[in-house]
Amino acid sequence: MANAKPKMQHRAKLMRTWPLLTPAVGVLLLWALVPLAMTLWFSFQRYNLVDPTISGFAGWSNYKFLVESPAFLASILNELVMVAAVLVITLVLGVAFAVLYDQEFPGRAIARLLVIGPFFVMPTVAALIWKNLLMDPVNGVFAYIARSLGFTPLDWFTHAPMAGEVMIVSWEWVPFATLILLTAMQSLDRQQIEAAKMDGARGPQILRYVILPHLSRPITIVMMMETIYLLAVFAEIFVTTSGGPGHATTTLTYLIYQKALVAFDVGGASAGGVIAVILANIVALFLIRSVARNVDL
Amino acid sequence: MKASPLQKLIVFVLGWGAALLMFFPVAWMVLTGFKSEIDAVHSPPLLIFHPILSNFTHVIHEGDYLGALGNSVGIALGATVLGLLIAMPGAYAMAFFPNRWTKDLLLWMLSTKMMPAVGVLMPIYLICQKSGLLDTLTGLVLVMMLSNLPIIVWMLYTFFKEIPGDIIEASRMDGAGPLAQLRIVLLPLAGPGIASTALLSIILTWNEAFWSLNLTSSNAAPLTAFIATFSAPEGLFWAKLSAASTLAVAPILIFGWLTQRQLVRGLTFGAVK
Repeated sequence: MANAKPKMQHRAKLMRTWPLLTPAVGVLLLWALVPLAMTLWFSFQRYNLVDPTISGFAGWSNYKFLVESPAFLASILNELVMVAAVLVITLVLGVAFAVLYDQEFPGRAIARLLVIGPFFVMPTVAALIWKNLLMDPVNGVFAYIARSLGFTPLDWFTHAPMAGEVMIVSWEWVPFATLILLTAMQSLDRQQIEAAKMDGARGPQILRYVILPHLSRPITIVMMMETIYLLAVFAEIFVTTSGGPGHATTTLTYLIYQKALVAFDVGGASAGGVIAVILANIVALFLIRSVARNVDL
Repeated sequence: MKASPLQKLIVFVLGWGAALLMFFPVAWMVLTGFKSEIDAVHSPPLLIFHPILSNFTHVIHEGDYLGALGNSVGIALGATVLGLLIAMPGAYAMAFFPNRWTKDLLLWMLSTKMMPAVGVLMPIYLICQKSGLLDTLTGLVLVMMLSNLPIIVWMLYTFFKEIPGDIIEASRMDGAGPLAQLRIVLLPLAGPGIASTALLSIILTWNEAFWSLNLTSSNAAPLTAFIATFSAPEGLFWAKLSAASTLAVAPILIFGWLTQRQLVRGLTFGAVK
């Protein structure tokens, strides 16, 4: 009987909190489970919105058809190239900018705002402004710079479409990495750097032995958050290349969209959806683990 | 050890150089919005030109801009208010009355955010279609609210955690019920935190482009989808595209700048503050 009282208090607390928790947990449960279950179900069905005569159980044929299509392997590779390239660019520049904007200089506050700015530009605007005003092979700013340096302007979306997408998406995400890493830099103990300098450490050594170890946790978090968002990049491709030329910029996300809302092949799109969910969950598993370790709950 | 004047100069030049380069596309967009269509495609690019306002007036008066703006505002405010109403009680309960499931519950909520939208595109599209929510504000408000709910709960939770539990305890002793506690104690103390959560939700919803492109066609199309209509090659006018883009980006850019520090918390689920 000794611990009856705490137990009752505990129960009393539960009585009070469940009505408060129910709305958020309830709708999230529906949101997380119902559509996913439907995707899983559809992925084993013959189901096409434009041809109702196609119906019935499909077995693994949707998966088989998807995986054996030439676009599939290309889309997985494109997805990986996009995520990896953008990650490398944004993390390198993010660390560089975090160190740079941690230094005092006149007008630093405004310079910081300018660097963060692109993160708040909506994807459709970012993509169309870059594609036309900057990257247009005839009238774009880049073409002008190339010509005045004596080079032939590059027709980005014909000859290097994936590089073009990577540039646009990186521009959107460098500010994110910078913002997070800069915030993390500010909790670095200045005396550590001073002490390292006293011991004769120079710039690269300070970066390697003081700054990077301090930033390792935020870098991990930036990496994983970005991966989640980068796996889902859609609008930039939608308004610039529509996945082309050929399949050159078709990522898995874009391939599924094409199957879903261009071909209205519910079964095929859902099979792709299941694969996308599995891929994202592999990343999510790592992310949630590291958040669970690092956050004081 | 003080930095030498040369080092200071290098930092200054690099700092401003990188900032201007990063911001150049935005600045160029704003500038192009004030050009005539002929000046906009001029080569070499024009820095000095006769500025005109007609692109802005054209976009506002003749396109579907105002409708799209109204939709963006409606969706962002709707999803944010609804999200806060649903998230606040839950975040409050978990922050002040944690039990042994709180941590798992929070991590599970985080995990729902990891779901790639494209993985559930077909079911959400079909559900919206069958229930008449396709291309409606209600449909988009619900979908955006749900996709941001985990972030809202987390961000509120981390702000609520910073309020000493004793204050809540004291108000409870004085006989305040949960709702009264929320109103009298929590709202004043966590006001700034709730405000920055709301701003993050508005920013994320305003810029969301996957659902807005796929679940709307004309009636409920917000600015992200409106701008996408400029991608048709036959109707491409750089100056008008730039003017429309400037109008679409400006409010949220200012919001973002005002709250950048608090955003970090929401964007990293409290892991970096």
